[in-house]
This record gives sequence, structure tokens and C-alpha cells, in this order.
Amino acid sequence: MIEIQNVRKSFGQLEVLKGIDLNVAKGEVVTVIGGSGSGKSTLLTCINGLEPIDSGKIIVDGTEVHAKSTDLNKLRQKIGIVFQQWNAFPHLTVLENVTLAPRKVLGMSKADAEAIAEKQLKHVGLGDKLSTHPTRLSGGQQQRMAIARALAMSPDYMLFDEVTSALDPQLVGEVLETLKMLAEEGMTMILVTHEMSFARDVSDRVAFFHQGIMAEIGAPEQIFGDPQHEETQKFLASVR
Amino acid sequence: MFDTTLSLTDVIFLAKGAGITILVTAISVVIGTVLGILFGIIRVQLGAVLAAPLTFFLDIFRSVPLLIQLVLANAFMGMVLQLQLSGFFVACMVLSLYTAAYCAEIVRGGIDAVPKTTRRAARSLGMSWGQDMRHIVLPLATRVALPSWIGLALGVMKDSALVYVVQVTELLKSTQILITRLQEPLFLLLICGAFYFIISFPLARFGGYLEKRWSND
Repeated sequence: MIEIQNVRKSFGQLEVLKGIDLNVAKGEVVTVIGGSGSGKSTLLTCINGLEPIDSGKIIVDGTEVHAKSTDLNKLRQKIGIVFQQWNAFPHLTVLENVTLAPRKVLGMSKADAEAIAEKQLKHVGLGDKLSTHPTRLSGGQQQRMAIARALAMSPDYMLFDEVTSALDPQLVGEVLETLKMLAEEGMTMILVTHEMSFARDVSDRVAFFHQGIMAEIGAPEQIFGDPQHEETQKFLASVR
Repeated sequence: MFDTTLSLTDVIFLAKGAGITILVTAISVVIGTVLGILFGIIRVQLGAVLAAPLTFFLDIFRSVPLLIQLVLANAFMGMVLQLQLSGFFVACMVLSLYTAAYCAEIVRGGIDAVPKTTRRAARSLGMSWGQDMRHIVLPLATRVALPSWIGLALGVMKDSALVYVVQVTELLKSTQILITRLQEPLFLLLICGAFYFIISFPLARFGGYLEKRWSND
């Protein structure tokens, strides 16, 4: 379980998170929507400790992420994250991209890591690209590789930060299909997305962020069908 | 054109000089590169302000002519520290630091060229700082830095001609000795130049080969 308690975070003068409270249970799929600069991406990078927070707490399975005693490298093994930019390791093949962390971080043998990597790459539809270099892949394929790379660590939670925003429109579908498949398999996920119909389809809950505040959260039918907050109504009207 | 009195013994003498040039260069480039990587990483990690003393120290080696560095270092070691060091040792020491000073800049540039987001992705997979450095940052930085590093190594090889001032008889000094005796400067310098070319060429080609291979990835 991920517990976010009154989290505040500023970049210089600008307060991007103004006291966020959110609990995400095992197996739940929560999507976060909202305008740019609403703090939604920052929240994700705080959850796995890539960004420090100013106050509040984030607790993952009982471990406080930002406590000094927390071994972040260990904690991150169970929280996979995929970014808007897929960040392939360009000097490694697709297979090596996926086996690197299991081998070096988890200490797996090459054979074991490759078995897992192959399974995950097949899972996201890249079973025929194992020895290709990522620079030869399309954006959508690279993004699916990044998903397989995170999954190869067998994480308990997956965070997705606008993973389709940098893709050409015709490549968005293949990545969303992959995410949908993960959701159906019961992966616990927090997704920041601008794909509203996708959010409506896969989410257990949808959270609307506005200027660093979680203005509204609820079932997708409620958020998209009957939004209560004025800003949610404005936002949804603007993206439709 | 060249009716020479150059003997086989003279050619062997030149080859020995070339051997010294290769040895001084190889030692300096290896030590200088190791130190340069270390200094480069320290500079990136500490940031410009904290690393200022190190940067200043390295700037000295980049700014003062190598000839002066060699003479002063030799005098300092002998007269001030009272150390009986061979010219060869002093030559390697100065040339190593000289290489390290340039190499640190090349390494810093290479590391800076690795996108922060790529490093973030590596860390998000649970990799430690060291694992990120070793498996992601340094391999990627190497690709960026290689052409400059090859240029540096070739430059150091030619600059090593200056170590004659600390009584090391390398290739150019050997040539000068023969010129004094045989009075055939053009012919001897032609041979000397050919020696330098033969030493440099494989390194330049090897760099070209690596660049081509990596760009195909």
C-alpha cells in the first residue's frame, strides 16, 4: 500500500504540491489527471524518492520513503517507474537494457535475467527485437521496452508519468494497450495521463489535480460523468 | 637527392629514440587518463564552486607551457626536495599531470553530455550511484569523449618531444644528435617524421574504427 500524507514540495519559490493526501491499495489503478504544472508528475517522482519532499510523509508498505534510514536503492526495486521520455540505454541492446538491473541490482545470473527479460519483452510485444539496439526502434517500441525494463524487476507498484505524451499519435495506442493489459493483470498502478478515455476505461479511481492540490478524487464514472469541483468541470470541458 | 651516410646503427639509434617516445607517451597517457577520469568525476560531483581548487590546480597544467613545467619540476624535485629522480621519471610525472588536466575536461564534458533523464531512469531501477556511473554514465560518456581523447593522446605523443630538456633522449632528440653528426637535417627530419606518423597512425585509425562501430549501434 502507498500512503501519501500531507505532502508538500516546492521548487524554489514555487510550491508544486500543497498538501497531498492519497492512499493507493494493492491492486488498485489510480490515474491522475490535470493541467500542466498541477504537480502530478512531481508526485510520482516523490513516491520513489527521486525527488525529496519538504514536509509530510510517503509510506510504501510500511517504509517511509524519505526517512534518512531508508535504503532508496532497495525501495526502488519494488516501485517501477516509466517516464514520458523512455530513456533507453542507447549503448545496450534491447535485451541488455532489460537484464542490466536484474543482474546488477538483484544479482541474478545472466541466464535467469535473460529468461525474465525475454518473458517481459514478449509480454509487451517485443519478443523479436531482443538483439536490436533501441535507437532502431520506434518511440512506441522504446516506451514498451522501458515498461518491460521496469517489469523485469518484478515491482509491486508501477508508476507511469505521461508515458504516451511524447509519442506520435499513431503509436499511442500500442502503449495504452500494454498499460491496459497490466491493469487487467492486477498490477498496482498510478498513472499520470492526458488520455481521458483511457483513464475512464482502466481506472478504479481518478484524481484531478489543480495547482498543487488534489481537487477531486472518485470513481471514473463520477469524475467524468458528474464532476463536483468547478476546476474539474472546466478542465474536462477544455480537453474534450 | 639523398646520398646519405646514414648507417644501420644510426637507424637503430633512432628506433630506440622512438621507443622512448612511445614509452613516455604510453605511461603518461595511461596514468593521465586514469587521473583525468577521477578528476573529471570529482569535478562533476562537487560542482563548479567546491571543485574550484582542483580546477585551478589543473588550469596551471593547461596554461603554463610544457617546456617550462618540465624544467621547473625537474629543478624543484632535485634542488628543493633533494630527490635524485631520473629525467625519465620527471618527464612521465609532468606529462601525466599535463594529460590528466586536459583529460579531466574531456571527461567532464562527456559526463555532462549524458542526459539527466537517462541517469534518473537508471537510478529508478534501483541502481546505486556507482552502478549508474559504471554501467550507464561512463560507457555513454566514453562515446562522446573518445574523439577528443584520441586528439589528446596524439598531442601528448608529439609534445613528448619536449622531454629532452630533462635529459631524456627520445625520438626528436635522437634525430638532432644525428643531424649534428651527419649534417643531413632534411633527410633525418623526414625519417623522424615518418617514425612519428607510424606511431600515430594506428591510434588515429583505431579511434576512427571505434567511432564507426558505435555509431552503427
